[in-house]
Amino acid sequence: MDPVLYGYMLYGISLLTVGGMYAILALGLNVQWGFTGLFNAGIAGFFGIGAYTAAILTTNPHASHVGGLQMPYIVSAITAMLVAGIIAFLVGKVCLKLRSDYLAIATIGIAEIFRLIVNNETWATNGPRGISQIPRPFEGLPEPINQVAFLGVVLLTLAGVYWLMEIARKSPWGRVMTAIRDNETSAKAAGKNVETFRMEGFVIGCMIMALAGALMAHYLKFVNPQTTDPLLATFIVFVMLVIGGSANNKGAILGAFLVWTLWSASEIVAPRLLEAIGMTDAGIRSAYVRIFLIGLLLQIFLQKNPQGLLPETRPSSPGKNGS
Amino acid sequence: MAEFINFYLIPGLILGSIYALGAIGITMTFGILRFANFAHGETMTLGVYIAWSLVQLTGIKSLVPILLVLMPVSMMLTIMIVLLIDKAFYKPLRASPVIILVIASFGLMLMIRSVTQFSWGVQLKTILPGIQPRINLLDFLSFPLKHVFIVGGALLLMYAVHHVLTYTKIGKAMRAMSDSPELARLTGINTENVVMATWVMGAGLACAAGVFLAVDTQVDTMMGFKILLPMFAAAILGGVGKPYGAMAGGLVIGVAEELSSYHWIGDGPLLNPGYKQGIAFAIMIIILLWRPTGLFKGKSF
Repeated sequence: MDPVLYGYMLYGISLLTVGGMYAILALGLNVQWGFTGLFNAGIAGFFGIGAYTAAILTTNPHASHVGGLQMPYIVSAITAMLVAGIIAFLVGKVCLKLRSDYLAIATIGIAEIFRLIVNNETWATNGPRGISQIPRPFEGLPEPINQVAFLGVVLLTLAGVYWLMEIARKSPWGRVMTAIRDNETSAKAAGKNVETFRMEGFVIGCMIMALAGALMAHYLKFVNPQTTDPLLATFIVFVMLVIGGSANNKGAILGAFLVWTLWSASEIVAPRLLEAIGMTDAGIRSAYVRIFLIGLLLQIFLQKNPQGLLPETRPSSPGKNGS
Repeated sequence: MAEFINFYLIPGLILGSIYALGAIGITMTFGILRFANFAHGETMTLGVYIAWSLVQLTGIKSLVPILLVLMPVSMMLTIMIVLLIDKAFYKPLRASPVIILVIASFGLMLMIRSVTQFSWGVQLKTILPGIQPRINLLDFLSFPLKHVFIVGGALLLMYAVHHVLTYTKIGKAMRAMSDSPELARLTGINTENVVMATWVMGAGLACAAGVFLAVDTQVDTMMGFKILLPMFAAAILGGVGKPYGAMAGGLVIGVAEELSSYHWIGDGPLLNPGYKQGIAFAIMIIILLWRPTGLFKGKSF
């Protein structure tokens, strides 16, 4: 194959792979923000918990960190989700009674505390140097089949999460969730236990985020405290969901791929543009320009089109029209 | 004893005064505009960089003129920028659910930070270069002179807040809005004026707190974000919407952070200093569990 074309193909595969992982994150956030109206500002934390759990469980034993248990991928993914679920439950216990702002503050706090722990507990996490040599499924296969195979894993996981979330959305459970989001008082009056439903939404969302984190750890084959950088892992997921359309699972996926493609493309274009207008340090400064623009994009959508590209569609209720 | 006071208690009080000033803005925005403003830390950082630029521009190198002349000018400039931000980004969302405002402020946090990093770069800078004079008292007390100015300045600003809230018409309107927005509106209070006054107070104090922090330590593009969580914790500890609570909360958290690494038991620090930033979070969780309205009976939503 033509090497240039081959390069484009590899780029496309990596775009889809990472985009797919962000789509899983966006689906996780959609359960919380879209359906339940909970603002999780610590996506990075739960994502990081998943990534570190997967790293510790699947690597070979190494003196620089704990674990190295050489567990199968499926065990590590499930454990990552369980750990994140337990931590989410504890956070939820404290904050879900209160208004959503408190949850936002507490979740950003959890993400920061998690960063403190991975930075300080060097014996367990190798501190700022991180954990390397994390295995990746199908890495033994020749290039580019291994890349395609891993992309398949990501897309299959995404499809599975999407399928489950669609069932959840259309179920009575999903309907109660949106009812609570839109009018808590009337949901309470209808005898629904608001706190329990919120807790379920919050915990499930965090577990999905941890699953995305585990996938990312295997994909990058490396985790360090930077993996839980609050910007990329938290903020961009919000932008994806708001732009794609919150409370719409298709919208979450669309937003994730769209924003990730824009973000990656701008990484190539922005430095050249800045260089062309004669700016110094164009490479470093272009990163700030990109963050600013993506923030501006979010503000524009919040003000002009808060529904996002694909607005929410309510499942038809079984009582009406017989459907 | 001397070690305890000089290296733990005094730094704790300094940090606490800085948190206190920052937390007033957080608690007032929370109480009056009804949302947790994630961009408050970046407002602080922006104010510091404006002050740093003024220092470079004027060549003033000593503390007193920096605090008496350049800091008020930076406060004015920060206030103007924040009012423009309000007009462009928060005002169009006034009728939206509050959580949309929280997301908008989260976005603004990153936008303001990227502007700061773009314009000034990420290298550490200092506002007050050189070795600063120290004060030695009673044989064992020893602290830098600048700490006197920081605490004095913070107390002065807090007194000004107290004066505005107690004796001026707009201050009374602010407290009324914070206590009950519906009732305040019924009595004919101009909501937009109160909102503007809230931004003016919050942004001005944030800038001042940032400059004090920069004078005490360094200028860094992440400095505001690093103290965002302690400021939130101070506001919640003091009771949301309660400016005096925020002052008390800030002091408690600042002192608690510094004292946590004192060797209370045995020789080593009680808590690994790497976890100092976790103290604010721990205090916040305890207060949310035990008394969500905070010490001063603020609001609990």
